[in-house]
Amino acid sequence: MDFGLLINAVIAGLLLGAFYAAVTSGISISFGMLDIVNIAHPAFILLGSYIAYAVNAEFGIDPIIVSIAMLPAFYLLGAAMYQIYYASFEKHGQESLRGLAFFFGVLFVTEVCLLLIFGVDYRSVNAPYIGSSLSFGGMEFPLRLLVPCVAALAMFAGLEIFLGRTFIGRAVMAVSQDPQALRLMAVDPTRIKRIAFGISIATASMAGAFLIIIQPVIPSVGRDYIGRIFAICVLGGLGSLPGTLIAALLLGVIESITSVFYGPSWAPAVSFGILLLTLAVRPSGLLGR
Amino acid sequence: MSASLLQVSQLGKRFGGFVALDGVDLQVAPGERVGLIGPNGSGKSTLVNCICGTLHNETGSVTFAGETVDGMIAHERTRRGLARSFQLPRPFMSMTVADNIRVPLLYTVAFRVGHHVTKAEADERCMELLKLVALDGKASKNPRDLTQVEMRKLELARAMAAEPKLLIADESMAGLSHSEVEDIVALLIRLNESGITIIMIEHIMRAVMAFSQRLVVLVSGKKIADGKPDDVIKEGEVIGAYLGQ
Amino acid sequence: MRTPVFILVQIVIAAALYFALRAVNNDYLFYLGYTVLQFAILATAWNILGGYCGYVNFGSAGFFAIGVYTSIFLETVGQNLDDIFPAAIAGPLHAILPMPVPVDVVFGGIVAGLVGLGTGYLTLRLRGVFFAIATLALAVVLQTFVVNWSFVGGSRGAYIIPPDKVPVFGPYIQYLFVLMLVLVIVSLTCARLIERSRLGYGFATIRDDELAAEACGVPTLKLKLIATVLSGALMGMAGAPFPFYIGYVEPGSAFDLSYAVNSIAMPMIGGTTSWAGPLIGALLLGTLQQVATVTISSAVNLLIVGLLLIGFVIVAPNGIVGLWQAWMRRRKQA
Repeated sequence: MDFGLLINAVIAGLLLGAFYAAVTSGISISFGMLDIVNIAHPAFILLGSYIAYAVNAEFGIDPIIVSIAMLPAFYLLGAAMYQIYYASFEKHGQESLRGLAFFFGVLFVTEVCLLLIFGVDYRSVNAPYIGSSLSFGGMEFPLRLLVPCVAALAMFAGLEIFLGRTFIGRAVMAVSQDPQALRLMAVDPTRIKRIAFGISIATASMAGAFLIIIQPVIPSVGRDYIGRIFAICVLGGLGSLPGTLIAALLLGVIESITSVFYGPSWAPAVSFGILLLTLAVRPSGLLGR
Repeated sequence: MSASLLQVSQLGKRFGGFVALDGVDLQVAPGERVGLIGPNGSGKSTLVNCICGTLHNETGSVTFAGETVDGMIAHERTRRGLARSFQLPRPFMSMTVADNIRVPLLYTVAFRVGHHVTKAEADERCMELLKLVALDGKASKNPRDLTQVEMRKLELARAMAAEPKLLIADESMAGLSHSEVEDIVALLIRLNESGITIIMIEHIMRAVMAFSQRLVVLVSGKKIADGKPDDVIKEGEVIGAYLGQ
Repeated sequence: MRTPVFILVQIVIAAALYFALRAVNNDYLFYLGYTVLQFAILATAWNILGGYCGYVNFGSAGFFAIGVYTSIFLETVGQNLDDIFPAAIAGPLHAILPMPVPVDVVFGGIVAGLVGLGTGYLTLRLRGVFFAIATLALAVVLQTFVVNWSFVGGSRGAYIIPPDKVPVFGPYIQYLFVLMLVLVIVSLTCARLIERSRLGYGFATIRDDELAAEACGVPTLKLKLIATVLSGALMGMAGAPFPFYIGYVEPGSAFDLSYAVNSIAMPMIGGTTSWAGPLIGALLLGTLQQVATVTISSAVNLLIVGLLLIGFVIVAPNGIVGLWQAWMRRRKQA
């Protein structure tokens, strides 16, 4: 057993895991707290990636900066989507089948549109830190993983603070548990849900930038992430952001080790396998209620 | 003890940190008419859900007709003769009123009797039950077209369609007029006289007092009174619970 | 109409279709027809679990591919009997292997049904949402498994060379076409039988309100498992003839996303409450897609399907059948 290889695999896994946590944070909000199965989320992440790519290719601006600038746009997109979802399905209590079909349609349409606009070639961004790594003590920290990792953790921390400390954030946590109590406080649950869903899609903007820094993308990459996202969500426990982080790190490490020692073609099966296992054995997840 | 139809021992149920039921004991003898009352949030519906298997109780045990039903899932308990109506009516919206009644006939009665209920038998029994609750005119309508009151009657009729030994009627009379309440009470008493044991959960004291041979009071997940209706309503604790002393 | 009559009517229509196409004498139409029939089976199968019970299956491609790869597996075993088995066993096996396609269909159905049973057993006790995600997971796990299994070709793919002509039918594609016609009749009859039976009531209660269903004595888990097994088996059967139709199968084509989208879009657009809905959806969307793929591009055609799905889900949730029923109701009242 090559320990050097193992340690670097673990490091890569941890860095990747933090990125996965950022990717999943949006679903933690929409699915974990609002109970909306937005399986189209990965498509929005890809949208974020491609926008970052387009601006980066044209103007050379750093993708993470682009994604931050795009936050309001994504937020509005999310709010609009929730409005459609609410008016068509949630109000009538028909969320399950039709809601799922709706988001599946959105996932599909988004992916195909990206395909039509950008084609099937892999796209990547240019940034000064991509390609180099920090190394000390025999350990490698590729910057293309490290920078998104740090930014992802920052975004994650920001979300935690928002949900725990601000009024709206706490209202979001409350709306999943007791919408009636919210009404009694003269807060409209629908408005809170709309805000929360908007935030959930906004995270996709940044997650998209992280993604395209880490790897080149084509539109179908989104589908690889559906499994990872839901595996992390379920493993971590729905609605628990700290749980999401732990589960994401765990998944990142397991995937990385599998990839290094058994070959990358087994990677997709890892996350889905974990998902199936968790659903079968402990559906409430590690830190779930 | 051995003669009781339903025996609930030390039933406990929590939701996270909230204790919904705290060691509840209850016995119901065959043929009894029991009223269950308590302020909102006292755990009445949780108790029903645990007895019927819709919710899983953490501690305690439920025995029905001499059998321990703790491991059994809801439909198994229904097939053994334990039926309930839901506090907020839950009709099957994609079917007609008559078809709603047909479901327990096809899935509970048929299994108990050991053979398929023929279409003719099912139709006949459906109409009988609908007549009992004065819904026979709406047999081919969709539950969406029923009034709130009619939906409650449908809910009750559907529970009766399962031909239970024990029927738990969970607030079936909310929103009914004075005479409608009397009709339902009379209906339930008639059912009881034909051999069905009934637990009535209600807020309408008039109905509870007229119906019950025994009155049980639940407050904050604990049973605080259990005895003859006239005695129970005079107990200080009961009055206090309702008047918020 | 009674079921035997229904079957007879289908056979008559199927026969008429077949002979009409034969008269036109253009093999391309048979290839086109095969695809549409394949979608009809997939859509009908999906609807048994999705439309009747309300449990969404995103992994139709997985079950379809099980049928595909069961066929490939059996074919490959049949072609290499002498390499795999000692002579004493290989000898008698030569008599039965390789097997005719209909037998592959049966095996495809059995394996897919078993996988459905396993997946269902693990996940149907949870909320419908988790089942949906698990089916997505299943498709990916299966694809990864197949990609890494060189016996059935792995990522390189597998070749199945079908004979050029067969007795009775002539061109091989016509034989496959008729086989698919038979499978469509089986699926539609199955769906219709369920609709009119006690099972149909049970499925509907699960879709409407699972909790109330249990309280009425409906064994929801058992029924959901039945639906999953039936649905999966039919999808597997639809997949079994595919290698013989296409000649070369690589995992991407067997697990193609268009199967997942179409098997959801066709019933939802056609109408989920009736056996006729998936068929209508398959006929309409299937032909539309073939036309779009040929005239515009295959990507645009998928875009159209996706947009139609979203549109119908929002505006006409009961599909074309639902629209027709609503129109009939309004006419009766007028």
